[in-house]
Amino acid sequence: MVSRAAPTTQSPPAPAGLTRDQLLEIYRYLRLTRTLEERLVALYRQSKVIGGLFRSLGQEGESVASAYALERGHNRDILSPLIRNLGSMLVMGAEPIQILRQYMAKAESPTRGRELNVHFNDLERGYLGQISHLGDMVPVMAGIALTFKLRGEPRVGLVYIGDGATSTGTFHEGLNFAAVQRVPLVVIAEYNRWAYSTPPEKQFAVKDLAEKAKGYGVPGVTVDGNDVLAVYEATRFAVERARGGHGVHVIEVKTYRRKGHAEHDDQHYVPKDELDWWAKENDPVDRYVKRLLQGEWVEERELKAIDGQAKAEIDRATDACVDEPLPPGDSALAGVYADPPALTPHWYRSL
Amino acid sequence: MAEVTYLEALRQGLWEEMERDPSVFILGEDVGAYGGAFKVTEGFAKRFGEERVIDTPISEAAIVGAAAGAAHMGMRPVAEMQFIDFISCAYDMLTNYVATARYRAGLATPMVVRGPCGGYVRGGPFHSQNPEAAFFHTPGLKIVYPATARDAKGLIKASIRDDDPVIYLEHKWLYRRIKEQLPEGEDLLTPIGEARLAREGKDLSIVTYGATVWKALEAAEQLARDDRLSVEVLDLRTLLPMDDAAIMRTVEKTNKVVIVHEDTRTGGVAGEIAARINEQAFEWLDGPIIRVTAHDVPLPYAPTLEDFVLPQTEDIVKAARWLAAY
Repeated sequence: MVSRAAPTTQSPPAPAGLTRDQLLEIYRYLRLTRTLEERLVALYRQSKVIGGLFRSLGQEGESVASAYALERGHNRDILSPLIRNLGSMLVMGAEPIQILRQYMAKAESPTRGRELNVHFNDLERGYLGQISHLGDMVPVMAGIALTFKLRGEPRVGLVYIGDGATSTGTFHEGLNFAAVQRVPLVVIAEYNRWAYSTPPEKQFAVKDLAEKAKGYGVPGVTVDGNDVLAVYEATRFAVERARGGHGVHVIEVKTYRRKGHAEHDDQHYVPKDELDWWAKENDPVDRYVKRLLQGEWVEERELKAIDGQAKAEIDRATDACVDEPLPPGDSALAGVYADPPALTPHWYRSL
Repeated sequence: MAEVTYLEALRQGLWEEMERDPSVFILGEDVGAYGGAFKVTEGFAKRFGEERVIDTPISEAAIVGAAAGAAHMGMRPVAEMQFIDFISCAYDMLTNYVATARYRAGLATPMVVRGPCGGYVRGGPFHSQNPEAAFFHTPGLKIVYPATARDAKGLIKASIRDDDPVIYLEHKWLYRRIKEQLPEGEDLLTPIGEARLAREGKDLSIVTYGATVWKALEAAEQLARDDRLSVEVLDLRTLLPMDDAAIMRTVEKTNKVVIVHEDTRTGGVAGEIAARINEQAFEWLDGPIIRVTAHDVPLPYAPTLEDFVLPQTEDIVKAARWLAAY
């Protein structure tokens, strides 16, 4: 029996204790995420994006809503996003121009051209970029949450983990360590049906990822990941529970990865009608808009205005950075250590 | 001055840093109430509390990963591997996450991973390893390996204060075998990246680190007595970053060099040292660079087997004698 410590698949009857401005702000982040990714696709097709492009299409709802449940601002809660949690980073204060620069490997990008896409961080704003070794961020975020506990700070960590990555050893070790130490950590387990091309039944033998929580002695709950307000409410509950000293909480969000692993992947392994259904019947942004309008909490013209602002913001950010230079080659030798600050090029380079 | 063992010196260094800096904390298996498998942290939990001396599950990746997260937040964790053999369970976390953090993301990760290394103790394949070569290849890590009580203390203190991740390798054969008079009430620090001339000589150099420093000193003594050879012994103390200048100084002085390490030969640190000498001091050499190392086998348990596999004082004597006559 899976522990259900928070409201689950039913949508909240009221807008989850959010104000009208907050409901609109969530919409703004959803739209900004989607608009930014659409722009990245265009830049990818123009070969301006240097490496792969990873979409969160269909998963923006859970990314934005879960991050929105955290305390934001200077040195507040910290989350660790995965490749499909762009929306969560925007919520925490990452700027679209930073993401554009990262994808285009610009000298002015947050990692100065060293790392890809959303792999960057700003601990003061509250996000710690992932590395590609999935699962590794769970122990690291356990250590951050441990620090909050040791210092008696009322702060919470949140870490995302994909369905496939729950098979890793570091996920297990990190979650177990966090549970034993009762650190303030919320784990968002994203059941998006595809780990590259591998379906869940080849990844684990449980039905719901929330069942795994039981093995660690922490609550696990399954939420409709494309219901923005349900994800917000479940995360809010888990976050406040963690902040209150009650330890780790796992939230499984059921969602769907509507694009391939990356843009190069044609998803031939995905049934076409399944994709169509998720796009037409279960798009998180469409569903959120419908609810806002049906509840008469916002007006359509307000949403349209936000759409226009999002597009203008991405236009401005793109224009500002698309022609920027890449980093100079020899900048690659600085910053491996605090001391020495930089290496010297191999001697034959100066022959 | 008080006579302290290598282990006690390490313990004192840890203790003093815990007293000095509240951001320093220890995590590892059985380090708290039990005081650690070798009693390095005995009494720490009582003095500093369970929150600063954390008993963890058997999860090396989580120990190292959690240490990294805490280090990003301004803490200075010291993670103990119960035996250094188990550091391989955290290899991914150390090489992919910790080592790259500053470079890829500007993240400070001031942390120490320490643990008992080495053979000559009948520990078998999984309680005798020397893991330095596995990490030596990874930019972003520092590796120290003290041979003396003074450096056991000086290097743990320097490692804790360093702003980058440091792997601190301590030799369990030296724990209670090595004793030294150390000054009391003095802040003993051994600079990371500086080798130590353990014995001066003019005919031949032995470059080494860890337990084999003592084997090399024994060999040097024997060669002086039996062969009238004047052998210099350089104790590297830090492997990453390596003190090239000290290595080249001794090579330029004696023109003949034997590199000794307890670790296996292929892909070992000695190969890198030899390559550096070749690149930086080729014209100073009067003979081939010789390696004295363990044989390339997992370390076996039986005393006859272990003694055969590992480099012994007599091996160093023979190799040095051969080179001296070259």
